[in-house]
Amino acid sequence: MSNIPSDLKYAKSHEWLKAASDGTALVGITDYAQNSLGDITFVQLPKVGATLKAGETFGVVESVKAASDVYAPVAGTVLDVNKALDANPEKVNSSPYADGWMLKLKLANPADASALLSPEDYAKVIG
Amino acid sequence: MSAIKMTPLNAFHRQHGGRMVDFAGWDMPVQYRSILEEHKAVRQRAGLFDVSHMGEADVKGPEALKFLQHLVTNDCTKLFPGRILYTVMCYPNGGVVDDLLVYMRGTDDYFLCINAGNIDKDIAWIQEQAKGFNCTVVDRSPDYAQLAIQGPRAVEIVQSLTKTSLAGIKYYHFADGEVAGVKCIISRTGYTGEDGFELYCPTGDGVRLAEAVLAAGVPLGLELTGLGARDSLRLEAGFPLYGHEITDQINPIAAGLGWVVKFDKGAFIGSDALKAEKQRGPAKKIIFFKTGDRRIVRAGAPVLNSSGTEVGVVVSGTLSPILNEAIGSALVDGAAAQELLCVDIRGAKLNLHLVKPPFVTLQKS
Repeated sequence: MSNIPSDLKYAKSHEWLKAASDGTALVGITDYAQNSLGDITFVQLPKVGATLKAGETFGVVESVKAASDVYAPVAGTVLDVNKALDANPEKVNSSPYADGWMLKLKLANPADASALLSPEDYAKVIG
Repeated sequence: MSAIKMTPLNAFHRQHGGRMVDFAGWDMPVQYRSILEEHKAVRQRAGLFDVSHMGEADVKGPEALKFLQHLVTNDCTKLFPGRILYTVMCYPNGGVVDDLLVYMRGTDDYFLCINAGNIDKDIAWIQEQAKGFNCTVVDRSPDYAQLAIQGPRAVEIVQSLTKTSLAGIKYYHFADGEVAGVKCIISRTGYTGEDGFELYCPTGDGVRLAEAVLAAGVPLGLELTGLGARDSLRLEAGFPLYGHEITDQINPIAAGLGWVVKFDKGAFIGSDALKAEKQRGPAKKIIFFKTGDRRIVRAGAPVLNSSGTEVGVVVSGTLSPILNEAIGSALVDGAAAQELLCVDIRGAKLNLHLVKPPFVTLQKS
C-alpha cells in the first residue's frame, strides 16, 4: 500500500505539494511514484530562480530501469532545490515526503494549490 | 502471441515480494527489495536467483563430439567428464546464434545450457545442423529447474546442504549430487563474476530446493535476487548478454570473445567468416566504458567522437552499485575505438572512459 499523507496535495503525474502559509511550497514525488520507479540513482533539478509553468517539466528522476520527467504541479519560481539528492538520490526512495523533497517553490498564485488533487482523489488515481 | 511462461518458482517469487516482469516471454522477478541492494548482497554475501527459464539440451551419440566441434567455436576436445566449456555457436556469416555452456557428462554424452529467449531458435538450429551426424539432440528445457547461488558465501551455504565435497568442484567443473535431498547437477558456474553454483534439478523439486537454500542462506546474509541485479552483476563482470554484446549481427571477434574461437581445431560453422574478420580487424567492436557520473547511459544512446560524429551505439548500460557510477558497453566502428568518445545525456556531454572489464575486482575461483 502506498503512503498518501493527508496534509499534502497531489498531481496526477505523481508529484506532491506541501503548501506553507507564506505562499511557498515544497514539491516532491509520491511514495507510489518512487516505488514504481525502483532504485533511484540520479535526480536532475532546475536552477534556483527558474520559473516554471504548471505542468512544465522541472527535472528528471532516473532509476535503474528508466529516466522519467517530473512536472511542476503549479506555476512558480524555484527558491531552493534539495542539493542532498546529488549525492544521495536514494533519499527519494527512503523518504519521499521528507528528506526526498525536490523543490521549494514561490507559487505564482497561492490559490492554485487548492485546485490539485486531495489525498482521497489521488488514492483513486493510483487505484 | 503465446501465453507468458512461468518457472516452477512463480508462486515462490510472488510470496517473497518479487516484482514480476515479462523477460523474453517469461514472467520473472526483476527485483524483490532493491536492485542495488540485491547486487551488493551478491558481491558481499550471497544471492539466490531463479534461472529456471534457461534452456537445456542433451547431445548424445557416437558422433556427439564431432558434431559439437562443428557446431560451436570453442574446442570441445578439451572437455573431460565433469568439465564445462563456455562457447558461442555462429551462423555461417559469423553472427552469433547464442552463447552457451557445454557440459561433458561422459563419452558421447553432453549437456548444453542455452539462453531462455533463444530456446526454440537454438533447438531448431542445433537439430538442423546435427543432420548427418550420428547423434541425437533433445530439448530438456521443461525437465529442469535451475537455481543460481552466487557470492562469497555461496560455497558455505550450498555445502551445508550437501554431502558432495564442493572443494572438489573447481570453477567450470560440475558433479552430480544431492542438495537438500534433491538430485542436482552441481555446477560451479555463474553469471555474476562471483564464486558460486548453478544447480539443475528436476522441475518439480525447484521450490523445495529454493526453500532449503533460502533457509540455509538467510542466516549468512543471502538474499533473493532478481533479474535486475543479474544484469548489473554480469555487466560489471564484463560478461556478454545475447541481444546486446552478441547478436546475429555481432560476431564473437567483434564482441571481444576471440578467446572462445579456436581456429586450430579445424573448420566449424562460421570459421571462414570469423577468420576473415580476425585477419582484417573487426569492422565494429564492443567496448566497455565508465563515465565518472551517476547518470545511466542507456542502450540505444548514440556514441559520438570528438567532432560530434556518430560512431556507434550503446548496447548495455547501468549504474554500477559498487563503483557508484555509470558503466556500459557500446558497439563502435573499429577505427573509432581508439578515439575520445562521448555520449549526450539530456544535453550534457559525458566522456566515455574505456575499461577492460571486469569493472570491479572479482572473487571467482
